[in-house]
Amino acid sequence: MAMRIVAETARLMGADRLLPIESAHIDGALYHGDSGTLFAETLVAGGATVAVRATLNVGAIDLTGCSRNQLPPHEHAMATRMMHAYRQLGCEPTWTCAPYQAGHRPRLGSQVAWGESNAVAFCNSVLGARTNRYGDFLDIACAIAGRAPDYGLHRPENRYATVVFDVSDLDEAFLTSDVAWPVLGNLYGRVIGNAIGVITGLRMRPWEDLLKAFGATAASSGSVALFHVAGTTPEAPDEATALGHRPPRERIRVTPEMVRDAQRRLSTTEAADRIDAVAIGSPHLSLEEFDRLRARLRGRRLAVPLYACTGRHVLHILERDGHRAGLEASGVVIVADTCVVVTPILPEKPGAILMTNSGKFAHYAPANTGYSVLFASLADCIESAVAGKPVVGGPP
Amino acid sequence: MTIEADVLLPGRAVEARAMALTAPISFWGGVNPRTAEIADARHPEYGQRINGRVLLIPATIGSSSAAAILLELVHAGLAPAAIVLHEPDAILLLGLIVAREMGHPTPLALRLDASHFAALHGQQLVISETGSIAAKTG
Repeated sequence: MAMRIVAETARLMGADRLLPIESAHIDGALYHGDSGTLFAETLVAGGATVAVRATLNVGAIDLTGCSRNQLPPHEHAMATRMMHAYRQLGCEPTWTCAPYQAGHRPRLGSQVAWGESNAVAFCNSVLGARTNRYGDFLDIACAIAGRAPDYGLHRPENRYATVVFDVSDLDEAFLTSDVAWPVLGNLYGRVIGNAIGVITGLRMRPWEDLLKAFGATAASSGSVALFHVAGTTPEAPDEATALGHRPPRERIRVTPEMVRDAQRRLSTTEAADRIDAVAIGSPHLSLEEFDRLRARLRGRRLAVPLYACTGRHVLHILERDGHRAGLEASGVVIVADTCVVVTPILPEKPGAILMTNSGKFAHYAPANTGYSVLFASLADCIESAVAGKPVVGGPP
Repeated sequence: MTIEADVLLPGRAVEARAMALTAPISFWGGVNPRTAEIADARHPEYGQRINGRVLLIPATIGSSSAAAILLELVHAGLAPAAIVLHEPDAILLLGLIVAREMGHPTPLALRLDASHFAALHGQQLVISETGSIAAKTG
């Protein structure tokens, strides 16, 4: 069945051959309904196992027990069965949307089949490994077959940028602030759609967590699978190389007005006199991001819960270093293996307001949780969680 | 007038009303799998139901879990009557490929240039297995 699914997709997309792959990242183990569980169990019953290294994206259940969710009993049972079935197929129980920070970093130029939109964008753009956007089912089918249809971003000639996204009019203080990269990602995703762009005009070199935030937001507002940053990402030593030494189809000069508009779009509410919760960690927080959280929180007690979503790879280190207990004593709810927009962890509350520094949470929270969203910097998120109301523009 | 579309994935001939989306959509986070309603508050067709419609999709965006939502819609009997895409999208159509593997009847998936979508919107369409699209008059 796995090979039939891979072959049918190849036909659909006009690929005339299959490529061997070195690894996979599987987004398919998140419960959306019983049909996905039944599909995974059908593969298990057929004796399938993965042929290559396959890490798992988040599931619907926090198996570490750090957080609780309110899935009804039937859904809880089916979601647990689904996570179990993917382990039986031989996948690694990483349960994170940031596998690239959990030791799964395919080498430059390698062929892989990755799912989950932010993981795909990071894998292609920051690591320079080659993957298309693998959706649920195709990701596991390719991992079992050890092969993927040869088309799209697997082919080097399709990886060049055609659009220049010039940010030279933006000031450096903004570009090094933590709101800049989700905001730019939102704008980039909407103007680029599924094209490939190269970001130029930077006088700083964005570090990994900024690129992670940019890719995740761009992949939620557009269908971005690959972006280049001139002078930073591996296939873009400079603008001309990223463009394949051809003239760009379009040159977008980003203005401060475009940035202000994008930042406004990330919030769905304004002028609130309270917040009900704060959520950070989409994509999952790195250890460095937890260090920043702890440094800003300074052991203070929160007035509203702050949900900090991460993977086991980070949770184990927080526990080892004795930081988990301190965070939880402050009122931080650590969420591992899953996150607050994919499964019901936030209490159901009509008219509730969520503050977040994640462009991806900002995009998906209104539809998936019912909460309105206020987008803010990490510093403002923490001060607001302490105050229980929006505190905007505090010390950076 | 008949328009010929390319068949991406086979399905049964149908007659149903067309609904043209006027903005790209992410099925995950954009469509509620239990009600078939468009759930993205920022989408222009927010709140409308896609089940039983000939759904004309100009582009897909966002999450790679679109296939799971589409499979769930098929499984729950809430799928569109047919899906017409401006360009083939492996992520979304996987939902139909897997639905077929799991033994469910699946809607026809077609490719048609999005320039036709506005004129087809709201029309009662008769679509053949080979991808001929005709608007019913009267």
